[in-house]
Amino acid sequence: MEMQVVQRARENFLAGRSRPLEFRVQQLKSLQRMITDRQGEIATALKQDINRSQYDTPLLELIGLENEISLAVSKLAQWAAPRPVEKSLLTISDQVYIQPEPLGVVLIIGAWNYPWALTLQPLVGAIAAGNAAVVKPSELSEYSASLLKALLPRYLDQELYPVVCGGVSETQELLRQRFDHIFYTGNSTVGKVVMEAAARHLTPVTLELGGKSPCYIDKDVDLRVACRRITWGKFVNCGQTCIAPDYILCEPSLQNRVVEGIRQTLLEFYGPDPKSSPDYGRIINQRHFNRVMALLDGYTAALGGQSDSSQRYIAPTVVKDVPPHARLMQEEIFGPLLPIVTVSDIDDAIHFINEREKPLALYVFSSIKKVIKRMLAETTSGGVTVNDVMMHYTLNSLPFGGVGQSGTGRYHGKHSFDQFSHHRACLVKSLGMERVNMPRYPPQNHQKARRVRLAMRTPLVDFSKGTYIWAVTASIVALGLLVALTVILILAAGVSCTCW
Amino acid sequence: MASQSEVIDRLRATFRSGVTFPEPFRMTQLQNLLSLVEENEQLIQDALHKDLHKPKFESVLSEIQITLNDLYFAMENLRTWMQPEYNIGKNLATRMDDCFIRREPLGVVLIIGAWNYPLHLILLPLVAAIAAGNCAILKPSEICQATEQLLAELIPKYLSQDCYAVLCGGAEDTKSLLKNKFDHIFYTGSQVVARSILLAAAPHLTPVTLELGGKSPCFIYGHIDIHKAAKRLCWSKFFNTGQSCVAPDYVLCTTQTRDALLPALRETLRTFYGPDPGASLDMGRIVTPRHWRRLMDMLEKSKGKVVIGGESREEDRYIAPTVLVDVQESDALMQEEIFGPILPILTIESLEEGIDYINRQEKPLALYVFSDETSVVTTVLNNTSSGGFCGNDGIVHMALPGLPFGGVGASGMGSYHGRWGFETFSHRRGCMNRSWLLERVNVLRYPPYSDYNLGWLRWATTFKKNSWGGCSVM
Repeated sequence: MEMQVVQRARENFLAGRSRPLEFRVQQLKSLQRMITDRQGEIATALKQDINRSQYDTPLLELIGLENEISLAVSKLAQWAAPRPVEKSLLTISDQVYIQPEPLGVVLIIGAWNYPWALTLQPLVGAIAAGNAAVVKPSELSEYSASLLKALLPRYLDQELYPVVCGGVSETQELLRQRFDHIFYTGNSTVGKVVMEAAARHLTPVTLELGGKSPCYIDKDVDLRVACRRITWGKFVNCGQTCIAPDYILCEPSLQNRVVEGIRQTLLEFYGPDPKSSPDYGRIINQRHFNRVMALLDGYTAALGGQSDSSQRYIAPTVVKDVPPHARLMQEEIFGPLLPIVTVSDIDDAIHFINEREKPLALYVFSSIKKVIKRMLAETTSGGVTVNDVMMHYTLNSLPFGGVGQSGTGRYHGKHSFDQFSHHRACLVKSLGMERVNMPRYPPQNHQKARRVRLAMRTPLVDFSKGTYIWAVTASIVALGLLVALTVILILAAGVSCTCW
Repeated sequence: MASQSEVIDRLRATFRSGVTFPEPFRMTQLQNLLSLVEENEQLIQDALHKDLHKPKFESVLSEIQITLNDLYFAMENLRTWMQPEYNIGKNLATRMDDCFIRREPLGVVLIIGAWNYPLHLILLPLVAAIAAGNCAILKPSEICQATEQLLAELIPKYLSQDCYAVLCGGAEDTKSLLKNKFDHIFYTGSQVVARSILLAAAPHLTPVTLELGGKSPCFIYGHIDIHKAAKRLCWSKFFNTGQSCVAPDYVLCTTQTRDALLPALRETLRTFYGPDPGASLDMGRIVTPRHWRRLMDMLEKSKGKVVIGGESREEDRYIAPTVLVDVQESDALMQEEIFGPILPILTIESLEEGIDYINRQEKPLALYVFSDETSVVTTVLNNTSSGGFCGNDGIVHMALPGLPFGGVGASGMGSYHGRWGFETFSHRRGCMNRSWLLERVNVLRYPPYSDYNLGWLRWATTFKKNSWGGCSVM
């Protein structure tokens, strides 16, 4: 069944249906309408899947998606146009440019934590770039998956953008098919499986994975604001965000104040009993609930710690003085547990971070430029937000993606379009100017070789600073000489002037 | 003799120390690499001649000069490439923030070279890797032993031994090398090996660049100066004895064009190589007896008619520039990339027929069209896909550092040359430095949620046409 779906998508792609710009824009606008018209149903599905509050849905998923679509619609013609590049002496009269082209049929595998944003945002890029796309939403967020399967065919072309639902075996079946690109959001274990499956067909992949995103808090920051921002980022969607601050690094002297800051914020956000707050979420399923609770084994919470298995509820929990070897620190938490690991200073923090796999996001709270600079220069991560959390995700001119174990490739905004395109290098020469070509043909000799070497050099014009200064100076001197010459000529001609 | 993992560990420790990050270090290494090539031109030419019977002209043009060009280009632009990119569209909510993209080194990368251009196919990726601040392991092709030995000797002499190492060996050694974790693998070669490289990279989630090949079609269609076309075609096809991943693999043209083309080809070949190409200094040889045998087998099995050339000599692995006509889709010559001085001509009735044929095959690394008619060039461009494209010439599009060089589909993934190489070996890290101010605006996003707050937030963050970017303040 999966094979037929992919086959049909390919036939439709090969027929050229997804390529015309007007078609792509029309599909994107239709997708926009789907989100606007069906917001209520989407919110309901998310409530059933993950107890998402009705406000979190537009905030966390839909507004971003709408922005992506608007941007794509508005910029598509520009993105899809040929992009000219620098020429050399040999190609001075030729057309040299990069033409973005669709790849073909792509596979988009969504995730369960933000089932709409993480499935549809890549789709926006795929459509904008002119591809056909098979969409496989995560089966863990089953209400959203069924809703997507019902809705998408009503708004988008069914043959070009089919939705395939199912579990592990359906996904495996899909992965046996040949695609021109696979875009996967999820965990690194499955990421490796996806990469292996793609290897068989030499299919390029984009993997948006995760990891433990560290959050370093420097002394001398406004802890009240810092804790508020961190608390928001950590406990939104019940901690089930790939770029949530996973753990805090700070000096021992700060620890208690950080805990206090978070405690106050939690009170402001969710009241004394988060379980009864309509704004606090739940864990997606029993398996993940058990997984997260197991991480807490043997540790006493400084804040929270309560849970209710029947509701898959875990209170916003903070644990102090967590040792680096604790289970809490071995895997991505993906839940509302916030460990605090103490470090002696910034050097220690940097060392701690670099000993571990490259994370998807890195956060640093500091009011000292030097500290921020060092953190940025001496660590690496998918992305960074300084003095806040998660916000780098929201600006679609920034590329969003991981590095190392946190993923490969990037998207958002134009980066999505580029990720789903092939950048074809094009050189269109004329058959004229053959004399320029003559030196490269056999039979060969020394003079010919020299001429070709010279002509091959780039750049055409030397734009280096030295030359620029020389050019400016020379121009000024030349202008000065010209003025002087003019004055002399005027004087010689005996013209009187009252200027001097 | 250090083991593979010892070498990798050493390079990793060096990378961790951050010594490859600063611009002066990268510049020095690039400068040293420049000296390596400039000071050893003769040795390089000798090695290439020994391995591939490469004419000096070809060595200079397609191995030495192209490497020097890329080095000059990298050195001239390194500072610009390394700068964080600030020209990022911002919006209302992020107006007070610093938003930029940093280019960061990946770590320890593995570069696996190929045998047909054993120097530039390993040094150009190295230039990019150095420029991007990485450490690198080079694994040159074992088929070109003289060049392999030369690289193994020269690289440690000119470049920092703690950052860059050459590991030599055959297929088994490469297999064991691939068991290690790298931060990027850059491979040039065949599809078969590419698959095993991807499979080796998957457990480590290592990103890979694959520069593969395929059958690069060459249209000769419509109104055309057949003599000039023949010249450029011959040059691109028989350069390096046809052993170029972007050589025009086969020609598609009408019978009339073919009939005009053949005498032009004969004349050109005579001008290039004289009456006996085997005696010309400008004609190369096939790399190994095994590769020679493969080509001869294809030629023998072919049902096409040899109209030019066809001579061969086993003792020096010579095959004359050979052209065949009446070649069908099912022919032995049309099943795999030729990679030799054999040019089949397939006749088509129309451009559409040719385009359909191309689209039935895997996406090639390069596609060529010779035509004076813009509509022909445009039609082919718009209805096909390929790694790169060149109209009215062959190969030369890859010499421009402004153009990305890479494949698509079965011809590869990723690209390099010039800035593209730098980007390939870098991580683009999106950074947002939020201001402490405007916390009152931030308040809109915090719980307890309300319709009122949501309303304002929606208004503030909805993308407006003609603004620079969208932002959803969550």
